[in-house]
Amino acid sequence: MSINISDVEHVAKLARLDLSEEEKEMFTAQLSAILKYAEKLNELDTDNVEPTTHVLHVSNVMREDEVKESLPIEKVMRNAPDDEDGQFKVPAVLE
Amino acid sequence: MSTSTYETVIGLEVHVELHTKSKIFCGCSTSFGAPPNTHTCPVCLGHPGVLPVLNRQAVEYAMKAAMALNCRVADVSKFDRKNYFYPDSPKAYQISQFDQPIGEHGWIDIEVDGKTKRIGVTRLHLEEDAGKLTHSDGGYDSLVDFNRVGTPLIEIVSEPDISSPEEARAYLEKLRAIMQYCDVSDVKMEEGSLRCDANISLRPVGQEKLGTRAELKNMNSFRGVQRGLEYEELRQAQILDDGELVVQETRRWDEAQGKTISMRGKEESHDYRYFPDPDLVTLHIDQAWKDRVLASIPELPDARQARYTSEYGLPVYDASVITSSKPLADLFEESLASTKDAKSVANWIQGELLGYLNANNLELSAVPLNGQKLGEMIGLIEKGTISNKIAKTVFKEMLQSGKTPQEIVEEKGLTQISDTGAIKAIVEEVIAANPQSVADYQAGKDKAIGFLVGQVMKQSKGKANPGMVNELLAELLPR
Amino acid sequence: MTLFDLSLNEIHNRLHAGDLSVTDLVNQAFQTINERDEQIQAYLTLDEEGALRQAKAMDERLSSGGERGLLFGLPVGVKDNMVTEGLRTTCASQFLRNYDPIYDATAVEKLRTADSVIVGKLNMDEFAMGGSNENSSFKPVRNPWNLDYVPGGSSGGSAAAVAAGEAYFTLGSDTGGSIRQPASYCGVVGLKPTYGLVSRYGLVAFASSLDQIGPITKNVEDSAYVMQAIAGYDAKDSTSAKVDIPDYISSLTGDVKGLKIAVPSEYIGEGVDPAIKDAIMSSLQVLEGLGAEWEEVSLPYTEYAVATYYILASSEASSNLARFDGVRYGVRADKPANLLELYHRSRSEGFGPEVKRRIMLGTYALSSGYYDAYYLKAQKVRTLIKQDFDNVFAKYDVIIGPAAPTTAFKLGSQVDDPLTMYLNDILTIPVSLAGVPAISVPCGFVEGMPVGMQIIGKAFDEQTVLRVAHAFEQHTDFHKQRPQL
Repeated sequence: MSINISDVEHVAKLARLDLSEEEKEMFTAQLSAILKYAEKLNELDTDNVEPTTHVLHVSNVMREDEVKESLPIEKVMRNAPDDEDGQFKVPAVLE
Repeated sequence: MSTSTYETVIGLEVHVELHTKSKIFCGCSTSFGAPPNTHTCPVCLGHPGVLPVLNRQAVEYAMKAAMALNCRVADVSKFDRKNYFYPDSPKAYQISQFDQPIGEHGWIDIEVDGKTKRIGVTRLHLEEDAGKLTHSDGGYDSLVDFNRVGTPLIEIVSEPDISSPEEARAYLEKLRAIMQYCDVSDVKMEEGSLRCDANISLRPVGQEKLGTRAELKNMNSFRGVQRGLEYEELRQAQILDDGELVVQETRRWDEAQGKTISMRGKEESHDYRYFPDPDLVTLHIDQAWKDRVLASIPELPDARQARYTSEYGLPVYDASVITSSKPLADLFEESLASTKDAKSVANWIQGELLGYLNANNLELSAVPLNGQKLGEMIGLIEKGTISNKIAKTVFKEMLQSGKTPQEIVEEKGLTQISDTGAIKAIVEEVIAANPQSVADYQAGKDKAIGFLVGQVMKQSKGKANPGMVNELLAELLPR
Repeated sequence: MTLFDLSLNEIHNRLHAGDLSVTDLVNQAFQTINERDEQIQAYLTLDEEGALRQAKAMDERLSSGGERGLLFGLPVGVKDNMVTEGLRTTCASQFLRNYDPIYDATAVEKLRTADSVIVGKLNMDEFAMGGSNENSSFKPVRNPWNLDYVPGGSSGGSAAAVAAGEAYFTLGSDTGGSIRQPASYCGVVGLKPTYGLVSRYGLVAFASSLDQIGPITKNVEDSAYVMQAIAGYDAKDSTSAKVDIPDYISSLTGDVKGLKIAVPSEYIGEGVDPAIKDAIMSSLQVLEGLGAEWEEVSLPYTEYAVATYYILASSEASSNLARFDGVRYGVRADKPANLLELYHRSRSEGFGPEVKRRIMLGTYALSSGYYDAYYLKAQKVRTLIKQDFDNVFAKYDVIIGPAAPTTAFKLGSQVDDPLTMYLNDILTIPVSLAGVPAISVPCGFVEGMPVGMQIIGKAFDEQTVLRVAHAFEQHTDFHKQRPQL
């Protein structure tokens, strides 16, 4: 599988990354090489193999419905790059 | 315009907030109305390193809802990440369910024009709600409040079995009633605990292939859903009539303008890159668990409706109105502890009560009425203590003050006067004061008696037993 | 010889006897850091004031005979991807250069409960992505054995700090070899526990299905002590295992008689430096001399592990790192014109090239139309790789091989070629995919640079892994060697 610049541009958009022309070219070449290497996996017949999401066979991990104390607003906002009246501020979201 | 040459195909996507005490993946409170961001913690704020832990109650509510919608509940279910960037989504992915939802293959029966129709429920899955965005002054900035983020939601997707806006509304109302009976949600559209998006398309009658659909958003009331779909139905019919093509797009219902507006260009094509959330483990739902949840489901609206017609002899229409809301149905049943006259209770609920609530835009929970009071009031009518007319005054007072009917009747001295002596005195007074009417009556003008009765009632402030007044007048004014 | 050359028991005896104070230990740490860290660059953030304050309080507790935790008074460093409330946590990324955590990671909480003293946060490859520490956005860590060489990664700061005596022990994290490979390169002991044994809560996620926290120590005994303190079920981590924690310290019996060792031919074959193979072979002889038996076996799916790993880890990372959007914390680009620009510029300015590369790869692998071909396929191959281990562990107690195919390489010698760099992890990645525990212990030197032997165990059988490593260590002195600094 080889990918081209427009694939890289599309993926960058999905990932919310701005890439310079240089980066685009570099990533196109590098990702192509990595994906080509990954084609190795197609040598294996995995039709009857179950995928592994978790190596541990744990299931039904749940907590009871109990309210725990929330954070004081000072901590919530401690790292906020921009805020107003106890809320996080961002450039206007279009509707 | 020729909608009759087209067939309308509607599918609804409904989100219902589950009323757990804490959020789906952390212990923050889900209560409504707290100051912004005060119900948050590192987990629901999506801080680096945090991990989700699933709320058991949310799972059980979702199972309960799925069962109540006749879904097959999964034996194995899991959570997936739906990846997208938006300021109200702190992790930039929503934990949702992709290919193994809690429930699938359900249905809801609705009644439209006296006919029952079955609408399929494709799936029901569990996910987390997003935060809330508001716009600050000037429209240059948006502010984000994460209190709501992580509130458990179920998304219920219908089959495209709905053929009219009216059916869509009936489906949504029935769905709300079922959720309410199951006690899994507050289901208030105005508070956003019940939200509805719709897909709608038209196709020429007889054509099998579906037409191009529009997705409709922002319908914030039951009426809005119906009106939005009605507008869209006409809009698409017009386009097809003109021989043009409907564009597949998302449209926003604008309640104020009464029309749908294209959101084209303001959204990009989505690629959510779903994959199983490695931070959460598989859910295995065994039969014992299913049985336990199933046992917790109370009698649902359809069953109650059937029981009201068979057990209490209510007309189907009355039974369906009363069972459409659980609080109403509960009120109805509570009332029957104090009176045997089910039809009378039904009449009072549908007439005076709903009239008052609708006129004042109130929920039943907002008025201090209970079944005992309503039943007692009807009991007072049955005993002749108050007249029907006085009862209306008592009822209104009950809704406002919350006092018992007995208290109101006593305080205001509304007890019907059935004492012959007392009534006779008033009747004699009225006869003496209205010689002309008396003469008219005695001359054969029947109408005049009505005037005289009215005068007696007026003088007694409505408390005189009208039957006795008539009897006494007839007795004192022989013809 | 510094205080840190004393064993944990010796330190505790001296503290008890009053010959030594916690303040002495903390001062020792900062003295070494002051002398050496300008060269080593192992630390990103130091907390001398906090550490001394804590030391003082502990010395008071000591003199009043109060209770003492298992790791009482030990100055430790924590990899900078575990959040520490009130102590800057950066993941060696510009994006988090000012991030002031609002909570403690569970492992950090456990260190505090065990009464160790956190002196600072350790350098690493940005977001734990890399094997050389050259991907730190602040500065590269240097190998204490030769300052021109890399310390390995991504827990390079954690390994180098222990090797240079800048901490009594450290915590690292391992996703595909990030504890074992730097431990090997720096001649220290690094343990990656079984997936699920140590809580991940508060570990900034790289690849959630693989990440594990583990100790980097001077010797195996210390490793057992740290594991005793940090292992265990955590209700905040749904993937945490509900297992009883054994007594790791008492499992260090020195007895390996009858132990069945498997040596995968894939781990000593092509691509592995012959000198490293020799070191492993000599080490096996040591164990044989102690009564263990070894045989060559095959882990046939080894060659598919790197591709599997890079698909899975990058996919998970692309999602895990999406939260770094500049809305709630982290850097935000200056005056973005609109929301989209805020996202794009904050992330592009905040992330380094390797992080971007992996986000790109992972986003691509998960994107519409490619999920089955890449992510699902890799998950299936992961099953086969795990079965490889299950098969061998049905007959053998441990698997032994090198921790890395080469010794540490020179700074700047490999950075331009990501694929070659990724292939360096061939001996550690399969273990991560299988989720089983493995330790790297010093087992020789090649041209003055340390070699690590990897001892791999069955899931939750850290006891055997530690016992074998300890027995080996008792009969060799590679772990006693110190770099000349």
